[in-house]
Amino acid sequence: MLDEATPLFMQIAERVSVEIADGLRTEGQRAPSSNELAIRYRVNPATAAKGLNLLIDQGLLEKRRGIGMFVAAGARERLLVAGRLRFGRKYVEPMVTEAGRLGMSTDELVALILEFGGAVGLPASKGSVTA
Amino acid sequence: MTAAISVSGLTRRYGRQLALNGVTVDFEGASITGLLGRNGAGKTTLMRIIAGHELASAGSVRVFGAEPLENSALLRRMVFIRENQIYPEFKVRHAIRTASWFYPNWCGELAETLLEEFDLPTDRAIKKLSHGMRSALGIVISLAARAEVTLLDEPNSGLDAVARRRFYDLLLREYAEYPRTVLLSTHLVDEVADLLERVVVIDHGCVVLDACSDDLRGTATRVSGRPLDVEEFVAGRLSWGRATSRSHESVVVGGVLDDADRLWARELHLDLRTLSLQEMMVHVVDQTTEDYARETVA
Repeated sequence: MLDEATPLFMQIAERVSVEIADGLRTEGQRAPSSNELAIRYRVNPATAAKGLNLLIDQGLLEKRRGIGMFVAAGARERLLVAGRLRFGRKYVEPMVTEAGRLGMSTDELVALILEFGGAVGLPASKGSVTA
Repeated sequence: MTAAISVSGLTRRYGRQLALNGVTVDFEGASITGLLGRNGAGKTTLMRIIAGHELASAGSVRVFGAEPLENSALLRRMVFIRENQIYPEFKVRHAIRTASWFYPNWCGELAETLLEEFDLPTDRAIKKLSHGMRSALGIVISLAARAEVTLLDEPNSGLDAVARRRFYDLLLREYAEYPRTVLLSTHLVDEVADLLERVVVIDHGCVVLDACSDDLRGTATRVSGRPLDVEEFVAGRLSWGRATSRSHESVVVGGVLDDADRLWARELHLDLRTLSLQEMMVHVVDQTTEDYARETVA
């Protein structure tokens, strides 16, 4: 379930961020404790705690003294912005490079994206809904 | 954090054989450490001396600052479970009862739950238990003791995969609720890798690797492909375990590979596979065995 190459504490942090990005843990809500995460993902509690500390360093969680950790204000929005940037680097950049290699124009590429987007029901622009 | 267990220059000799050769290592208060190595590497001897079951030939062991040997107050704060533990002519429930008298933090309720979890017949004579059932009994006692120092020597031996998984989950739950100093030796390294905070590998009586378990993750990768491409990729990197044929080569490289490395490997059509903790341990031990052989010859 967990991958072999990435440090476990980063994978734990990633899982908690995904839950925040997906809106499963909303802002101001309590974050899972290191013991909960340790038992859920079968890792050492110290590793889980390190993952939570990473999220605190990133400002996605905040510590309230004596009570625990909570999802910070604006955490979801920041994760979505970072996710879009990562999406650009990971998918769009190699796609555009490959399209250039095939001699495609931006218009042709956009047409292709609209075609595939339409096939999975992605709206063509914000606010518009495909039939 | 102060060390719960402090081992310094520990040597144990059996006649001409050196079971432990100047081991110096500390174990922190709340931690789960994997004590790994081959059979006969010295893991059991180390645990036996920590548990006060055996004398050191030289060097010292301190548990909470005190010498464990014949220190009955200290021994009640430690539980030591080993493979094929020999119990007197006891039934399971006698062993449980005796343990409940001995350990001050004993949790009877937990013991009952665990006996059920592992389907242990309390009326059966321990001699008549299977290997796996004896291991399960050891696990029940070691967890229910809630001892500040918990020494587990091959606790999962003879257990089937389901029972082993159950043990890992129970250990984690218990540890999360009542943190303690756990030393765990096992041959099933990859099964316990994620539970460990730290890894100490012993070989020929010496500590050959001591690291945070999560820091080791992803630090060794097997690279394979066409020999020329592999050599190009590997050049300038720490590498070992090379296996070459005319058209194929495979070698382990040390260090974390970044995205650029992975991209380059893809361009060279190389296959990358991250080594598991167990595979890493085998390489470390192989390396020290080679060094050891060289020194012995020299």
